[in-house]
Amino acid sequence: MVEVKNFVQGETGEWEVIIGLEVHAQVASQSKLFSGASAKFGGEPNSQVSLVDAGMPGMLPVINQYCVEQAVRTGLALGAEINLVSIFDRKNYFYPDLPQGYQISQYSDPIVGRGDLLVEVDSGYTRKIGITRLHLEQDAGKSMHDQHPNKTFVDLNRSGIALMEIVTEPDLRSAEEAGAFMAKLRAILRYVGTCDGNMEEGSMRCDANVSVRRPGEPYGTRCEIKNLNSIRFLMRAIDYESGRQVRLIEAGGSIDQETRLFNPDLGETKSMRSKEDSHDYRYFPDPDLLPLRLDSDWVAGLRERLPELPDAKAERFVKHYELTEYDAGVLTSETERATYFEEVAKGRDSKQVANWVIGELLGRLNREGISIERSKVGAAGFGKLLDLISQGVVSNSLAKKVLDEMFSTGEEAAVIVERKGFSQVSDEKQIEKYVQKVLDENLEKVEEFKNGKDKLLGFFVGQVMKLTGGKANPQMVNKILRDLLSK
Amino acid sequence: MGAKNSLAGLTVVEIRDGLRNGDFTVGELVDDHIHAAERAKNLNGYITETPDLAKDMASKSDDKISRQELGSLEGVPVAVKDLFCTKGIRTTAASKILDNFVPTYESRVTENLWGAGAVLMGKANMDEFAMGSSNITSAYGPAINPWKRESDGDDLAPGGSSGGSAALVSAGVVPVAIGTDTGGSIRQPAAFCGVVGVKPTYGRCSRWGTIAFASSLDQAGPITRSVHDAAIVLEAMSGHDRRDTTSVDRPVPQFEKFLSQSIKGLKVGIPKEYLSDSLPTEINKLWGDGGQWFKESGAELVDISLPHTKYALPSYYIVAPAEASSNLARYDGVKYGMRVSDKSLEQQYSKTRGSGFGPEVKRRIMIGTYVLSAGYYDAYYIHAQKVRRLILEDFNSAFKKVDIILTPTTPNESFGLRDKLDDPVAMYLNDIFTVPASMAGLPAISVPCGLSGTGLPLGLQLIGPAFEESRLFQFGEKLERAAEFSKQPSSYVG
Amino acid sequence: MDLDKETVASVAKLCRIEIQEQDLTPMAQELSNILSWIEQLREVDVSSCEPLSSVVEAELKMRDDTVMDGDLAEDVVGNAPDSTNNYFLVPKVIE
Ligand SMILES: [Mg+2]
Ligand SMILES: [Zn+2]
Repeated sequence: MVEVKNFVQGETGEWEVIIGLEVHAQVASQSKLFSGASAKFGGEPNSQVSLVDAGMPGMLPVINQYCVEQAVRTGLALGAEINLVSIFDRKNYFYPDLPQGYQISQYSDPIVGRGDLLVEVDSGYTRKIGITRLHLEQDAGKSMHDQHPNKTFVDLNRSGIALMEIVTEPDLRSAEEAGAFMAKLRAILRYVGTCDGNMEEGSMRCDANVSVRRPGEPYGTRCEIKNLNSIRFLMRAIDYESGRQVRLIEAGGSIDQETRLFNPDLGETKSMRSKEDSHDYRYFPDPDLLPLRLDSDWVAGLRERLPELPDAKAERFVKHYELTEYDAGVLTSETERATYFEEVAKGRDSKQVANWVIGELLGRLNREGISIERSKVGAAGFGKLLDLISQGVVSNSLAKKVLDEMFSTGEEAAVIVERKGFSQVSDEKQIEKYVQKVLDENLEKVEEFKNGKDKLLGFFVGQVMKLTGGKANPQMVNKILRDLLSK
Repeated sequence: MGAKNSLAGLTVVEIRDGLRNGDFTVGELVDDHIHAAERAKNLNGYITETPDLAKDMASKSDDKISRQELGSLEGVPVAVKDLFCTKGIRTTAASKILDNFVPTYESRVTENLWGAGAVLMGKANMDEFAMGSSNITSAYGPAINPWKRESDGDDLAPGGSSGGSAALVSAGVVPVAIGTDTGGSIRQPAAFCGVVGVKPTYGRCSRWGTIAFASSLDQAGPITRSVHDAAIVLEAMSGHDRRDTTSVDRPVPQFEKFLSQSIKGLKVGIPKEYLSDSLPTEINKLWGDGGQWFKESGAELVDISLPHTKYALPSYYIVAPAEASSNLARYDGVKYGMRVSDKSLEQQYSKTRGSGFGPEVKRRIMIGTYVLSAGYYDAYYIHAQKVRRLILEDFNSAFKKVDIILTPTTPNESFGLRDKLDDPVAMYLNDIFTVPASMAGLPAISVPCGLSGTGLPLGLQLIGPAFEESRLFQFGEKLERAAEFSKQPSSYVG
Repeated sequence: MDLDKETVASVAKLCRIEIQEQDLTPMAQELSNILSWIEQLREVDVSSCEPLSSVVEAELKMRDDTVMDGDLAEDVVGNAPDSTNNYFLVPKVIE
């Protein structure tokens, strides 16, 4: 790994941007962390709320084993230490969407400790980002401020949903790195299936701690930008915030430690709370919950059953399928993509498959904004299309048209080829007739060719293809043309 | 004052026998208890009475009896401290802030009682959110101790926080009341009112649906007029509950079986730290009598030391308020209860909580908030939790030497309603003998054993090892038999 | 341990309990008395012991991940001082 310096230029010199992230990832569970209410997205107001989630008097939390398991699996996937004893603490503060008056979280003794994540940055280098910890905690409800001129509406459907808070060391040095980190983390969460990574629905969101310093100097004062719900917003917020801090310091000002919000419409961050309102959360161990003790054999079992992770998979793709690192990276960035590729590649030319999946299929999916698992073109059907190419039934260029058709209708490749009459003409006599016709109609050019203008071969091929609607087998057209022209 | 031939005043055992023999119906029994409550109105023992529901439950109970389906508490009238959530019935915790809160759910303990056939008579008065040792902090006015001094007729405190529960049982209004005990809130009022009170081991009864005061200490328990009754009721209340993960998954013994078991050869620990210069001689003497009675039953007295006893109360006054400050944060005027409206949410919170909570509750929330706040957490809260471990270790080593521990329940008899109002610490000292067992989570019983010089009841406390409530009943029955405590209070209506 | 008026005011703010200005001083006195009584705990040497947060010596019991609760919006908001369409209502929070 090369040490990449990532400095930004200010008026007075270079600045280094220091970023640490706190990512909230919703555990992909059916029910909430401490209650049996549904954790599904949406729902009528307060319909996915148990008496526990509503903070009714005398209600008690009972922990969801599945959520504990997913936190441990995520920790293992991040190569992190699993703490066999962890504690649930209460974080006390008043807010209408916090019905108990405290959030159950983990403070001093989280379930997962130190880990690392290797992040490939698009500009072509890799950085190792330290994971400080991962802990389990409850989500809050939702306050809506735009329903009424002087009232806030509170819906507790999200109250009590299980979140994993993943905290990084201040190891990130640019918006690009932060974006790449989020993408990689998201990929891993989706690989192990512990979080669906759906940022639009809020199942993954993050807070960014941003500060700037002159190279070699100690850390500057940081600001926390809250609740960034897309990678794009995260990157824009960091760029804006670091720029703001540099300009402020260069103008002789200083940074206040504060919480800020990013406004995507303005592309700006603005201060959220004043300082005198600083919180004292009075954390203490939740007396309703005993310490969480994990069995080391159980943890070892989870480790063994962990699926192959993106880095390992990419390495295997390079070795086994002889792909470039780039292609392997693209194909393994999502577990569904990798599975799709491997299914298609079974018994086929892996490089051709990689080219077609990356160049053709992913391109079309991206344009339409569809994920590969929702594509109408399944791996089996896609494989059959590639078979038609290698069997010479359809040409490369027509195959792309077939794929367009498959992409929108979901029909089988063979059916489309048949219906559209796309099958390649490979009958020698048939092709010979077409070639002869082209030569007969272009006697002057034939003469020129014979006088040494070799380039005209392409012209003749083109004419034959035009005549046959692209269906003639190009190799045969070439061969027959040469034969007839050399006569 | 008791009405002639009233069925009020019967014990659980007597009710059980009477119903089995067909001497009376549950309907008759419940009617007499409704009337007894009318005669005892001046005690202010109930916050909410539920006569219609009681009659309804009584007729269902009579149907069951006609089918020979008797639960262990079939037909037994019960008052429940207003800290237990009861479905469809206003539950107040004796606080203005919960006024008109009607739970849509039933606490596990009361659900167990109804399952055993018990009949709800009403919700008993208590100190607000169970914070107090006098029942004076109730937003519904204090409950009154049915006992009076021989010298004057002054109203006295029934003790607290389960003061209404103890007063109702003592006065013969109900045979059974359910209380909760955090630092002595069952045992102290039982002692003040001359009745039996049991705080089981932490984890024996589910806390689900019981309004929390201090989660690591709160336990439900029975208040009755006999040790035998307490054994029957505790068995019915207890049991594991998957909805309370601090409730313990272990079988509930048939406590009744242990009442008659001999204590010959067993060892009774007498902790020297419970003796102080300020302990009234009559209490000290009663304590000595208790030991003597055990000796006469063949047990051996063993001097033991519980060196951290004196630190139990001050550490309790860190731990309990800390937990309470967090547990009571949910009373914010948003989801239920009282609201003092304001345009500003922050103002609304402060005004609602400022006027919804009474002075003692506010005091404890303030202390709890302070000891948890940044910079003080380690010095107070962590320190107290460490002392708590030392207290537990004291008991653990004592129980290597003895089978049970005998102490006075309280350092004093009941006092006048206004006596300790302006000195919170003096009030807290009421629980000095009950708090150590609470901090260690151990089971304890208070048995009425005699009268003070002014004619007020005094109790002795037995503390057992964890989950050995059986021993409380085994020894408690001996104490009860020897003490022959049979005097009834002046306001007895049974 | 002496608490001053300002500390009492800031603690009261933290736990959202309104205390009238004239009550701050008496409250400070009262709390100081309680805290100085609590101070006797300082005598105890706790250097060799771990804090005890639960007396229950059992494993934390867990539940399976099944949806078995909810669908009781009317019950959830039924006791609320102000609600509409099953939402809780509070004075507008300006963010
Ligand atoms: Mg954060
Ligand atoms: Zn968080």
